[in-house]
Amino acid sequence: MESQALLVLLLFVLVLSIFLGFELINKVPSTLHTPLMSGANAISGITIVGALLASGGEGTFSSILVGTFAVFFASINVVGGYLVTNRMLKMFKKK
Amino acid sequence: MIAFFQSSIFVNLAYIFASILFIFGLKMLSSAETAQKGNLVSASGMLIAILVTLAQNEIIAYEYLVIALIGGLIVGVLASSLVKMTSMPELVALFNGFGGIASLLVGVAEFINPSSTTLIQIIAISFTVLIGGITFSGSLVAFGKLSEIISGKPLILFGQRFVLSALLLVALLLVFELIISTGLLNISSQAILFILIGVTLILGVLLTAPIGGADMPVVIALLNSYSGLAASSAGFVINNNVLIVAGALVGASGLILTNIMCKAMNRSLSNVLFGGFGAATASSDGSGQIQGEVKPITAEDAYLILEAANSVLVVPGYGMAVSQAQHVVRELGELLEDNGCEVKYAIHPVAGRMPGHMNVLLAEANVSYDVLAEPDDVNPLMETVDVCIVIGANDVVNPDARENEGSPIYGMPVIEVDRAKTVFILKRSMAAGFAGIDNPLFLKENSRMLFGDAKDSISTLVSEFKS
Repeated sequence: MESQALLVLLLFVLVLSIFLGFELINKVPSTLHTPLMSGANAISGITIVGALLASGGEGTFSSILVGTFAVFFASINVVGGYLVTNRMLKMFKKK
Repeated sequence: MIAFFQSSIFVNLAYIFASILFIFGLKMLSSAETAQKGNLVSASGMLIAILVTLAQNEIIAYEYLVIALIGGLIVGVLASSLVKMTSMPELVALFNGFGGIASLLVGVAEFINPSSTTLIQIIAISFTVLIGGITFSGSLVAFGKLSEIISGKPLILFGQRFVLSALLLVALLLVFELIISTGLLNISSQAILFILIGVTLILGVLLTAPIGGADMPVVIALLNSYSGLAASSAGFVINNNVLIVAGALVGASGLILTNIMCKAMNRSLSNVLFGGFGAATASSDGSGQIQGEVKPITAEDAYLILEAANSVLVVPGYGMAVSQAQHVVRELGELLEDNGCEVKYAIHPVAGRMPGHMNVLLAEANVSYDVLAEPDDVNPLMETVDVCIVIGANDVVNPDARENEGSPIYGMPVIEVDRAKTVFILKRSMAAGFAGIDNPLFLKENSRMLFGDAKDSISTLVSEFKS
């Protein structure tokens, strides 16, 4: 695809996603603020997709090395983020 | 068959599916009944995105990434299972930072990889490095403050704002040079990128260092938002929709939380970021010296009053987290309920060190989430409350927010505990709160101070009830 058309498409996706995010989260009760934050934080670990491509894809030694470190940090973010959110949510009980 | 799973149409459809799971997961996180399932839905979206990426034929070597994945897995599992609930703010800050540095590194890897450099990508890389760097070093400072490795006090350097603006200008100039490459600097573009990284790391430190402990909920929510924006920006680097969507969702949710926190303090975001609230000037307005005297009470006398009470409202603050009192608080609550008393918990949105901090601690202690109320729910009924027990909270119950126009916190929505029939304030000493301002609540006619460690005081009350 022509790069300008691609940019417009990606920007379109970005803008719509931001609005969707505002709509989704607007009514979260304050009880759930911490799990929401850590759960959202785990989602931001999606950058692991880019990290995997940089670490396992074609590249120079240095770009692969940098990508590998990115995989390491992103996977801590993903694994730790989801697990700790799960641990917290398990505690929220109604009696 | 394998060719199909590696085809770009399949990969992209899988990314769309992953995005849908993220959206549903976040939606389900907004209600306590569905939240746990929502987190699993979101996690399965992540798993799909990772597996599909690993199966792509663009990936030609697995040895490095497998080692990094396993390393990250081990650290993630250990960190999330070993951390104490009271240390949750630190951990969330740290994870935010890791997300930021990962996005930054993705940008750098793409930049030094000779195969790819369209103009759009260079712009995206610059932004990713800028946001990712600020998120990383900012989160590390927040982590240091929260775990008390560094002082939680606002740290204002001389000419802070000037240095900050100057550095921001330098960063933007470097970004500009990367994009246009005028060659005026006479150094390689890689060197420029590394200087940019250095500048963004310093920026992150300068942006978070001046922010005091009590404002940490705002900072954590904001850094959360940044980590999402960095991922979104990295999506533009590798032309990938799932990064853009997921990152934008996180960015938006972080901004909403930031806004809620600012409103709960009646302050603007710029005031939180640059105000240096509670640094030195906030002490007093001079006028209207507070009248009255402090009336201490012993745990034994407090027990007698509690024993006769029909409704009790517990107002926890950071002090409850510090003394790890949540379990004895729950025990006291159960004993009061057995005694025929109605027990509720009023939680201010900025109580503690991160959004929802108190709720997590009380949930850990097995308090049912339907008795956790927000200030707006409890304030109208405050006159009917027999006893309010304030545990290590200060500024969020300060009546000056309603009564004293000269007070720095005037206008902040507070829990109006002074309108209850009796208020017990559990406190270690008469020191001021984190905003560094006096609290006339302690001197009110219906206030009783129960000095000492919150956990010890409540344990005494509990044993009085049992005897």
